[in-house]
Amino acid sequence: MEKITTHTGIGVPLRQSNVDTDQIIPAVYLKRITRTGFEDALFAGWRKDGNFILNQQPFTKGSVLVAGPDFGTGSSREHAVWALKDYGFKAVLSSRFADIFRGNSGKQGLVAAEVAQSDIELIWKEIENHPGTEVTVDLEARTVTCGSIIAPFEIDDYTRWRLMEGLDDIGLTLQHEEEITAFEAQRPAFKPTTLPARYSQP
Amino acid sequence: MAAHQAAQTLAEKVWNAHVVRKGEGTGGSRQPDLIYIDLHLVHEVTSPQAFEGLRLTGRQLRRPDLTIATEDHNTPTLEIDKPIADLTSRTQIETLRKNCAEFGVRLHSLGDKEQGIVHVVGPQLGLTQPGMTVVCGDSHTSTHGAFGALAFGIGTSEVEHVMATQSLSLKPFKTMAINVEGTLKPGVTAKDIILAVIAKIGTGGGQGYVLEYRGSAIRALSMDARMTICNMSIEAGARAGMIAPDAITYEYINGRPHAPQGADWDAAVAEWDTLATDQGAAFDAEVFLDANELEPFVTWGTNPGQGVSLSDKVPAPEDFEDENARAACERALDYMGLEAGTPMKEIRVDTVFLGSCTNSRMEDLRAAASIIQGQEKDPDIRMIVVPGSARVRLEAEAEGLDKIFKEFGAEWRFAGCSMCLGMNPDQLAEGERCASTSNRNFEGRQGKGGRTHLVSPIVAAATAIRGTLSSPSDLGAPSSSAKVA
Repeated sequence: MEKITTHTGIGVPLRQSNVDTDQIIPAVYLKRITRTGFEDALFAGWRKDGNFILNQQPFTKGSVLVAGPDFGTGSSREHAVWALKDYGFKAVLSSRFADIFRGNSGKQGLVAAEVAQSDIELIWKEIENHPGTEVTVDLEARTVTCGSIIAPFEIDDYTRWRLMEGLDDIGLTLQHEEEITAFEAQRPAFKPTTLPARYSQP
Repeated sequence: MAAHQAAQTLAEKVWNAHVVRKGEGTGGSRQPDLIYIDLHLVHEVTSPQAFEGLRLTGRQLRRPDLTIATEDHNTPTLEIDKPIADLTSRTQIETLRKNCAEFGVRLHSLGDKEQGIVHVVGPQLGLTQPGMTVVCGDSHTSTHGAFGALAFGIGTSEVEHVMATQSLSLKPFKTMAINVEGTLKPGVTAKDIILAVIAKIGTGGGQGYVLEYRGSAIRALSMDARMTICNMSIEAGARAGMIAPDAITYEYINGRPHAPQGADWDAAVAEWDTLATDQGAAFDAEVFLDANELEPFVTWGTNPGQGVSLSDKVPAPEDFEDENARAACERALDYMGLEAGTPMKEIRVDTVFLGSCTNSRMEDLRAAASIIQGQEKDPDIRMIVVPGSARVRLEAEAEGLDKIFKEFGAEWRFAGCSMCLGMNPDQLAEGERCASTSNRNFEGRQGKGGRTHLVSPIVAAATAIRGTLSSPSDLGAPSSSAKVA
């Protein structure tokens, strides 16, 4: 994973609450078996509407999405994060993220920065009144800067550290493989296994 | 979740029993715990990139014997003996077959008697048991919490992590008690309880929490009904929902293919008996619901929190104080093609979908069949019945439920996720309105431009008879608007 400490890019206002992952990427695009190439799928339903924010200049070149509360609810599809990243987004700001979406973002190097709704409103006004205004997300300082607005954001320490170091989770866990093996040795015998397979009577 | 607390909740007990390595530090800078995973469920949509990741890094799948796969999201529910027509769907299914063969994972393919929706298959095989940790690349993994397991959905990166390490790095969840006391009125079901919970706490109310459903109304429910409730925990923003195991749980598990046997059964029950939340254990939050007051519930909008009693009216944007909620209402009414103030029962639907991991088990099919038996379907309604698994389909056929559905004029399909998310050909057309027993009424969820009202199986059945959103109690009187052109 690429290391991130700060990112600066055009802010895109998405004035909506409860943007679920079905809206971020509709299910029909989940049939692909690759991890990249989802840029066309991002907000596919909404992008058919010419008035949608990502169909307007200069927001097509945006990289910081500024969304309403409860962003990323619903399905666990990591494809939602892949689609945002493939389109060019590096960070999403919202006052509240769904847990699974937030987790997936952290694994893929997309910064999910939790910003107070009152600050989101200020940033919306700024980037709507001055389209093309850049937003800076600073992981070191945990601040978002947009014009004269400087707002703090929340992100959990461990995720922040991993993003800044660009660390691979599996590699980190496998450093503790002996502990996993030791844990396995003391699991109760009655715990089920899928193999050998047993079946219901016909 | 402190490890050495005297009194612990169910969720804390299961968590603490699975800590491989405790995260260092305290408070906000505490590192995650490494948690062991007892069962990993796999399906075709969220796994191909994870298997590919293993291949690229030369890593093994650590515990094939704690992993099981089924085909469900993409699979057709008609003509399942023919090759899948959609090429990308077929490729995804074939990729799963190739991956499972390569990594030694047990797979129940389309046509197999144990194939079906992953969350129906696990419990049915007896693989889901109390006190376990269960994960799957699917947010409705919360279903398995009905057994007193800690079960939650994960993204594809975490799927790969579990494949490689049989564990996950996780920060402890907070705990929320959902107390439902009292007795449900006739015609009110588990689905109505959970829709009412979501409407009460909102789609974000459960974020960061494990919900524990408690109280006399929950204790009285069957396992099928408990699964319906835990299934939709994610719709309240919670990754997991749990119910303490009891005699009803044990009776369901006993005798299933992977249930413990003999001395193992006794050892298992002795342990399961210790799981219930201790007297005096503290939850981080508590919610109370009076079961006696509940009515059949239905959604009017485009998120599962936008619901009302079936006897209520479509709300107006002015009804909401919060600016975002008002804007969301306005947008939802526009998408749903509804006018504020319309009685819910006057809303005419085109399609009735009975299925999904929320409501596709035997009890759901029996309940719907009992309402439609001997009744006539509204001629303009299309009703699709999709059993949750091939095994459920077989059992239903053994009871003659298929005949009841077919005589009524419903389509009796093969098992899968089907119209819940429309990844297969089972989709709503633009503008089509559906009474659906599934879990999400998001824009376009059941097909582009489709309009979804979430309902219980018996409301779905009554709606298929009257043509408008209805409860079984409406069946006595003739429909006022259903037959009006």
